[in-house]
Order: sequence, then structure tokens, then C-alpha cells
Amino acid sequence: MAAGPMKMRAALGAGYTDVRVLMSHPMETGQRKTPDGKLVELHFIQNVTVKVNGKTVVESQISQAISRNPVFSFRVKGGAKGDKIEVAWLDNKGETNSTEATIA
Amino acid sequence: MRAVACSALIALTLAPQSASAQKSQYEEYQRMTAASAPVELFELAGEAAWKKRQGPKNASLEQCDLGQGAGVLKGAYAGLPRYFADADRVMDLETRLLHCMMTLQGRSRDEATKRVFGSADQASEMEVLSAYVAGQSHGMPMRPGKDHPKEKAAYLLGQKLFFHRAGPWDFSCASCHGDEGKRIRMSDLPVLYKPQHVQPLMATWPAYRVSTSKIVTLQWRMNDCYRQMRMPEPVFGSDTTVALLTFMTQTAEGVQYRGPAIKR
Repeated sequence: MAAGPMKMRAALGAGYTDVRVLMSHPMETGQRKTPDGKLVELHFIQNVTVKVNGKTVVESQISQAISRNPVFSFRVKGGAKGDKIEVAWLDNKGETNSTEATIA
Repeated sequence: MRAVACSALIALTLAPQSASAQKSQYEEYQRMTAASAPVELFELAGEAAWKKRQGPKNASLEQCDLGQGAGVLKGAYAGLPRYFADADRVMDLETRLLHCMMTLQGRSRDEATKRVFGSADQASEMEVLSAYVAGQSHGMPMRPGKDHPKEKAAYLLGQKLFFHRAGPWDFSCASCHGDEGKRIRMSDLPVLYKPQHVQPLMATWPAYRVSTSKIVTLQWRMNDCYRQMRMPEPVFGSDTTVALLTFMTQTAEGVQYRGPAIKR
């Protein structure tokens, strides 16, 4: 499940680019218990990195307070049609996933 | 300006809230969650499941005829439920998918229905397939079959079942969904035989349910409503469930499909 699909859309506006990215991740808080009373292991995305044409524009640390299967939307200054946007995440178990989109 | 906004906020918090103010807040919550629905992730998983070769015949579902011809997905969901001559019965999406799993892939009914309702950790094959197929009808008017005698019969059976009281609590669907103004917690209970109530619903299933982090389908909804009525569990894809869905979808006929959407 951790490295399930990701999906991203990047739409060009006047002088900015709106990016919306979906991630599949269980985002376990470490507080939830299974029906037999065992704690479900902490498992959440720690870092999200956004690159435009290979240059890092966002480096973020997020917490287990973010919901399961998170959605992130953000506005990047500039951008042009055809620019490549890459979003990658790293979770506390060292698993990673990434996706790319071209600004349309 | 800031002070004004601040005092307005306090007034809002302190004043006893009218039902309509609560309702508009609830609608705001629904609008905000809809903006971040991860449904597309499930559609992607559904596409993979649609193309996956499996079963004794090692075949994919790509040649499955959902009513618009073998393998045609565009608009297929908007035309269901409908009568299928090869099975000689009316089928909704999930029943038809099950039929294709059994005929095209050669799987047994038991194997294919072993896990039709998934969990937050792992959506079921049926759920992701439903999301994928339904997504290909986005924006189209819903036109379920209603001319074939069996389609008419399914509608009438569904209508009858909707009002039929039974079980230990003597409940029918209409016990909760038969009068206006009823609700469970903050959720308004729609009156399911009225087009204006059922249209916005049929236009949004299947959906991502925020409170359980999973994709829910109409067969699941039928199953869970029967559970809540303390009735025996309906068989997946049975004539009963298909008839109820036929009744509701025909009542909602003409509405523009805008799912897969999001539920509370």
C-alpha cells in the first residue's frame, strides 16, 4: 500500500502554476489499535519535495496529523508550458515514491 | 477589519445556532472535503485491475460488455442498470462486472465475491473497478434501461421492496427514507422515491467515504442498509439489490453523473 499510485495535475495560471497532487499512504498515527488491541505501527510521510525542471522549490516536513491518502495543492510562482514538475515523498520507514507531470 | 472579523467569529461561536446555520456549516465542510477527494487514486488502481489478466482463463476484463459493446467504457455506467440478453436479467455495474469475471476470466462466483467490500488498508477489486468504470461516465446524463419488460419488472420489484416492512424491527427503506426532514446526526436523509432527492445521490456514487477512508459502492450501500435494518444479509448482485438500484436509478433518470464523488 505504501508505494501505491500517485497522481498530479499542474495547471498554468497568469504568472503562477497550480499543482495538485494525490498520494496513497496509510498515514498511521501510531495511536490506532486493531480489534485485538494491538497498536498499529506509526507509519507516515515525513518529507515531501517538489522540483521544477530538476530545481527544488519546496522542501517540506509533514506529520502524522495529515490524513490518509493525502492531497496537497500549492501554487508555484512562474512556470511555463512544458516545464516538468516532480513530487517525491519519504516516509518514516524509508519508503519513497514520486511522480512527474508536465505543466499543461 | 481584523477586529470586525474577530468579533463576528465570537458572535458565531456564542450564539445558539439555528438548524439552518448548522446545515450551511455542514455543507461548507462537504464542499471542502470534496475539493480534496483522492478518488482518482482508486480509479488508477481500477484501471490496473481492469487490464489485469487473471482467473483460469488468464484473461483481463477489457472485453467485458457493460452495455455499450465489448470493452466500451465511455458512458457505460450512465446506462446502467439495464437488461443484458446474454445473462437474461437486469444488472447493475457490480453485478455485470461479476458476470464478466465469471464468463471472461472463468472465475467461480465464490472466488470472485470472496472480498467484494474492502477496507481502508486495501480496497477490493470490485470497488476500484467500480470507481474506474464510473469515472468514464463523468458529465453524462444517466439513462438506465427502462423499456425492456425485465427492466420494468425490476423497477416495480424495487419499488415494492423499498416500502416493504420486514425483519425484527419491522423496517423498510421508507422507514428512514420515506419522509422529508429526517436526518441521522448531521446527514439529511433523502427521500429516495422523489427525483429531486435521489438525483444528487445517484449522480455521485460510487464515492470515497472520508470517515472510513475507503471507496464505497452501491452494492455496499444496499448491503449496509439491510444490516442497519437488522435484515438477513442480501446476496451480492442478487435480484433484490439490483431491483432497488434499478428503482432508484430510474427515479433519478436524466441527472448528470458527476462521480465518483465523496461522502462524509
